[in-house]
Amino acid sequence: MSEEKEHSQTYGTPYAVGIDVGSTTVKTVLLDKEKNVLFSSYERHYSKVRETVCGALQELSEKYQDIALRVSITGSAGLGLAQAAKLPFVQEVHAAFLAVKQRYPDADVVIELGGEDAKIIFLIGGVEQRMNGSCAGGTGAFIDQMATLLDMSVTQLDQMALSAKKVYPIASRCGVFAKSDIQPLFNQGARREDIAASIFQAVVDQTVSGLAQGRRIQGNVLFLGGPLSFLQGLRNAFTETLHLDEEHAIFPEDGRTFVAYGSALSAYDLNDTYTLVQIADLLEHAETQTALNADKPLFSYKEEYERFQARHAAHDVKRRDFKSYTGKAYLGIDAGSTTTKIVLMSEEHELLYDFYASNKGQPLDCVKRELSGLYENLSPKCTIVGSAITGYGEDLIRAGLGVDFGIVETVAHFKAASFFCPDVDFIIDIGGQDIKCFQIKNHSIDSIMLNEACSSGCGSFIQAFAMALGYDIAEFSKLGLFAEHPVDLGSRCTVFMNSSVKQAQKDGATVEDISAGLSGSIVKNAIYKVIRARNPEELGKHIVVQGGTFLNDAVLRCFEREIGQEVIRPAISGLMGAFGAALYAQENAKEKSTLLNATQLENFSYTAKAATCKGCTAHCALSIIRFSDGTRFISGNRCEKGAGKKETEMLPNLFEWKYRYILALEESQPEKPKAIVGLPLALHYYDQMPLWETFFKTLGFRVVFSEESTRDTYYKGQDTIPSDTVCYPAKLTHGHIISLLDKDVDFIFYPCMSYNLDEGNTDNHYNCPVVAYYPELLMANCERLNKENFVYPFLDLNRRKSTIKTLSHTLQNYATKKQVETAFDKGMAALEQYRLDVQKQGAEIIQLIREKNQQIIVLAGRPYHIDPEINHGIHKLIASLGLAVITEDSVAGLAVSPDIQVLNQWTYHARMYRAANYVTTQPDMQMVQLVSFGCGIDAITTDEVRRILESGGKLYTQLKIDEISNLGAVKIRLRSLIAAMEQNR
Amino acid sequence: MAYAKFTPEMKKTHTILVPNMLPIHFRLLIKVLEQFGYHMELLESSSRNVVEEGLKNVHNDTCYPALLVVGQFMDALKSGKYNVDHTALLITQTGGGCRASNYIHLLRKCMAEHFPQVPVLSLNFSSLEKESSLELSLPLGLKMVYCVLYADMLMTIYNQCRPYEINEEESKQVLDTWQEKLAKSFDSNAYLSTEKIYQEILNDFAAIPRSSQSKTRVGIVGEIYVKYSPLANNHLEDFLISEGCEPIVPTLMEFILYCCANAETNSHLYHYRDMKSTAFQIGYKFLHKKQVQMIQCIKKQGVFTPPHDFEDLRAAADKYISQGVSMGEGWMITAEMAVLAETGTENIICTQPFGCLPNHIVAKGMSRTIKNAYPNANIVAIDYDPGATRVNQENRIKLMLANAVKR
Repeated sequence: MSEEKEHSQTYGTPYAVGIDVGSTTVKTVLLDKEKNVLFSSYERHYSKVRETVCGALQELSEKYQDIALRVSITGSAGLGLAQAAKLPFVQEVHAAFLAVKQRYPDADVVIELGGEDAKIIFLIGGVEQRMNGSCAGGTGAFIDQMATLLDMSVTQLDQMALSAKKVYPIASRCGVFAKSDIQPLFNQGARREDIAASIFQAVVDQTVSGLAQGRRIQGNVLFLGGPLSFLQGLRNAFTETLHLDEEHAIFPEDGRTFVAYGSALSAYDLNDTYTLVQIADLLEHAETQTALNADKPLFSYKEEYERFQARHAAHDVKRRDFKSYTGKAYLGIDAGSTTTKIVLMSEEHELLYDFYASNKGQPLDCVKRELSGLYENLSPKCTIVGSAITGYGEDLIRAGLGVDFGIVETVAHFKAASFFCPDVDFIIDIGGQDIKCFQIKNHSIDSIMLNEACSSGCGSFIQAFAMALGYDIAEFSKLGLFAEHPVDLGSRCTVFMNSSVKQAQKDGATVEDISAGLSGSIVKNAIYKVIRARNPEELGKHIVVQGGTFLNDAVLRCFEREIGQEVIRPAISGLMGAFGAALYAQENAKEKSTLLNATQLENFSYTAKAATCKGCTAHCALSIIRFSDGTRFISGNRCEKGAGKKETEMLPNLFEWKYRYILALEESQPEKPKAIVGLPLALHYYDQMPLWETFFKTLGFRVVFSEESTRDTYYKGQDTIPSDTVCYPAKLTHGHIISLLDKDVDFIFYPCMSYNLDEGNTDNHYNCPVVAYYPELLMANCERLNKENFVYPFLDLNRRKSTIKTLSHTLQNYATKKQVETAFDKGMAALEQYRLDVQKQGAEIIQLIREKNQQIIVLAGRPYHIDPEINHGIHKLIASLGLAVITEDSVAGLAVSPDIQVLNQWTYHARMYRAANYVTTQPDMQMVQLVSFGCGIDAITTDEVRRILESGGKLYTQLKIDEISNLGAVKIRLRSLIAAMEQNR
Repeated sequence: MAYAKFTPEMKKTHTILVPNMLPIHFRLLIKVLEQFGYHMELLESSSRNVVEEGLKNVHNDTCYPALLVVGQFMDALKSGKYNVDHTALLITQTGGGCRASNYIHLLRKCMAEHFPQVPVLSLNFSSLEKESSLELSLPLGLKMVYCVLYADMLMTIYNQCRPYEINEEESKQVLDTWQEKLAKSFDSNAYLSTEKIYQEILNDFAAIPRSSQSKTRVGIVGEIYVKYSPLANNHLEDFLISEGCEPIVPTLMEFILYCCANAETNSHLYHYRDMKSTAFQIGYKFLHKKQVQMIQCIKKQGVFTPPHDFEDLRAAADKYISQGVSMGEGWMITAEMAVLAETGTENIICTQPFGCLPNHIVAKGMSRTIKNAYPNANIVAIDYDPGATRVNQENRIKLMLANAVKR
């Protein structure tokens, strides 16, 4: 106590220091008595939080040894540290708020992007401070990851973005999504400059839609945080999107350390003073609580590891020098999402040559370069007589380099796995971006499981972590082998994993423990989320694991431990796709290969150009690649239209038919309408439109539909969406409301319906909560809506009398009760007719296809999945692959509901159960289920639909769709399904 | 699907496991059920293994409460503590369009696979699952109502004492004493003297020495399981108290009244009247009267703040959302937020399982209009799920608290 007194007496009014400990960096600011900045620093901590903070303080203390200070710590990683050291803490957004008040009192809005957080502060009209929710990437760490993916530094990425010509839509919700959008762009040859700019645009969109949530960002906008202070491209994207001029967009020079400055300001109000040495001392000796969930070490001693290595080394192929080899050879290429793998195989299955490297976002160049090198060294007596390619880049490279065969990845992997283990019954492949698992029954692929866009916790994920912590991937994964306490980091998506790692670090986990923990997470993610195995025995007895990620011994060890049995990991684990392709090429080789020869290859070049397809309303972003021989390759289109295929060649498609049917309802209108009613093309209207259209026209209304959905429809309503995790079909509804308001309708009619129509054979007939009550949400969030222009009564259509009563009350200014009654009955009849028409059309398609002896896909989902902006043209893709498409509602009436293990209480979902049951009775049909991301109810229905199909001997294929179309993964799934169907036939 | 049913004979032979959603309420309820011949045990496990078991046994996109409930049961059954041939599980069921109605089925699916002999009982008031549910006789039903009332009272007053107590743990001691006393009161008709008991409870708590320091009051609303269960919300009440706040948690009776009111609302909205809606209407009137009685007692004593009158909630709801929004916790969440803001508790945490469907509408969807009406309303929505970390959640709550202190 006396010591304290002495301090303040000796040193007068104290200085203040603010320490901002973020997820990746430490920022320190020292202020003098007058609140002037004396010193500030910014450095990466590579997860060594405490050391970095202490280091910074030590450095500072050399200059300001004895001064008395007040201190305040802030930042996402600062909380635990402050608690442990018993030092004051201030929430970081609040710190930013204090700093802004002091320095920029005129600011209206503050946007701060940090390593893993994004924050926004509104200072006018009621102060409001917000942070990104727990499911939201799109921040500094995201930009880092993207730069890694493009194999450049963040600065280079920034430079590139400045010379962009085109911006591609990239999912802005979460980093993982964005990544799977960018990958296909690479493989289609999109310009890297354009991709760079698109990445920044995604960050902006994320901030605007995810954080602002209905509040406009306008006035004087202050931009803070690391990324915004050094990335010009990102700054431009923000100012352009928000329409800000130089005067209104403020980028403080000390934007990076601004929050630390605010933290220091908050310290002035505190009582306790310290010297820098004291603070460093407290921090250094602080005892962090360890609430870690630790596992056993992967290997307890070296010999154990060596035995493990020896066991796996046994599964290898013979190798032979390719320069001296003479005879026939087979080339296999696996153009994966981030890496390219090439294998040259001899007639006797010896490995002559192999290549495995990152494609640096340019898969075609990569293969070309490698192939040229190969040709140079090949003996003149060796001829490549067959070649095959698989993977994301298949189409482009095959077209460019004349590869003989293109095969779907699943088939390639199965070929390779069978080579090592002829009895294989389960294959799991974890690559850079995908997890692929397939069950083998009777020597053919029985079911396929791929990771959803949401849980891509794969190879590139560990790599990104390694980089963030300052290690190279090989070194990082080795660290985990002998970790004493591998941490349990959960098994969810990367964004969540970031915070789990953060927490583990806070709790004192070492880098070794984290490395081992991450390996465990990947394995658990694969087993429980992708495979959805209930117990390890389900996987089978002969399991082959492969893919680049399994080269990591820690991952392999975790996998064996989790499933409790030994597995086979071929030594060429990372090359299996390419090896399988080579095997396929050998089996199917003709006399002569079409692969470009050395001379042709030398003269080969290409140019890429971006364009927009005008074939239909989808307006696909195309990449047009022109090869040196004059031929073109077009990618990015959903259907085959842009590629020049005529529509007539496509098979009948009930999805398309239904959509056209609904749109056509708007055509004939009453001559002298009494008023104009607007009906949105959204959610349940895609099912009930015939009812309401007939109803209102009968009453003498002119009926106006909202515009056909496009990406722009979404943008129109984007700033009125309050929940960023609701499904995309719901989000689109906002745009449709705006569209109707712009069409000057007298009012929009959009009823709330807890119940859907009772179609029988179920426990109940609800709508999902979102479909049921979305009008309430729209009313509360779209400023332009009011009680006059938005009519949203609660209806239960099963109760005719009640519905008529409510409707005639609602529309009392327009019609009598009698008129409403007649109109409603006519409407219900029209709805019934529509159902019959759908069934009839479905039956006709089935008959037509059967005559041709072709196969049929029942594309099952919700009625609103017929919206092309929601389904992204998946139905067209299926049709272009040679399969007819019918819908679940066209066949649901042909079967009864099977025995369901859950409550069968939603009308739309009940249709799927019945349709699935019907499919099991039809030899030429398979079902594909469309699931919107964020659909909580489908968490229940998917398991049931799968069970119904599989117990009936059918394949289960699920396609998850969201605001962005990543048709690459969809295509793999569908082609695998086709391959399996062909084998089963 | 074939599953084990709970036969009347099992009352004698089986231990029924109960997931711990509301610690104070469930402890009391169990005591009452024991008087009716059921042997029950409340599950208190909260180890990481609960989450792990949940992840393994239900679809990972299913809501967090389902995952925890199933996980907690599996963890218990596998622990070796119970003879699985003489164990049954109890789960509450509300019915309705929310996917929560499926919990029991997910649990049965899981049991069919791992412990086919273990029957699952449903506790519901919607006559669901008649073949395997608790027999709700009138005396039992009545006692349960009183249980809820007393537990609501205890929870409400305890939360108003604990943050201010001068001697640590003193509020807890009073709470524990009353839990025992109340359990005993159900042996006879003593429990019926509500006013007397209320008064004694109030006086005992009022006698606890408390500081007069003013604390930030924080309302907790949201999905029912996450709102109440410390296992699900990472001990939210304790965290708020450690941050120097007073947590305000709505009573369970509000939820029961909400369920009754919905039956009535629907019969108005859709113009029908049947046995069920009439029964619920009578039930509503009876329960509401009981709630008002409790509120009056608290007011009369004048030391503590009573819970909100349910009719006030309904009136508040009407300003923002239709009472027809009845899936999950529906309009009640909106109403609770509104009524908190109206009565000066402007800091509100809305707890929700990640991806909860009704909450898109009633919580996030209605925040804007409530904020328009009460510009100082300080609402934060916190998502709970197996991957969300405590650090992340607490940081967001701290941000809300920083805003609260500023005013």
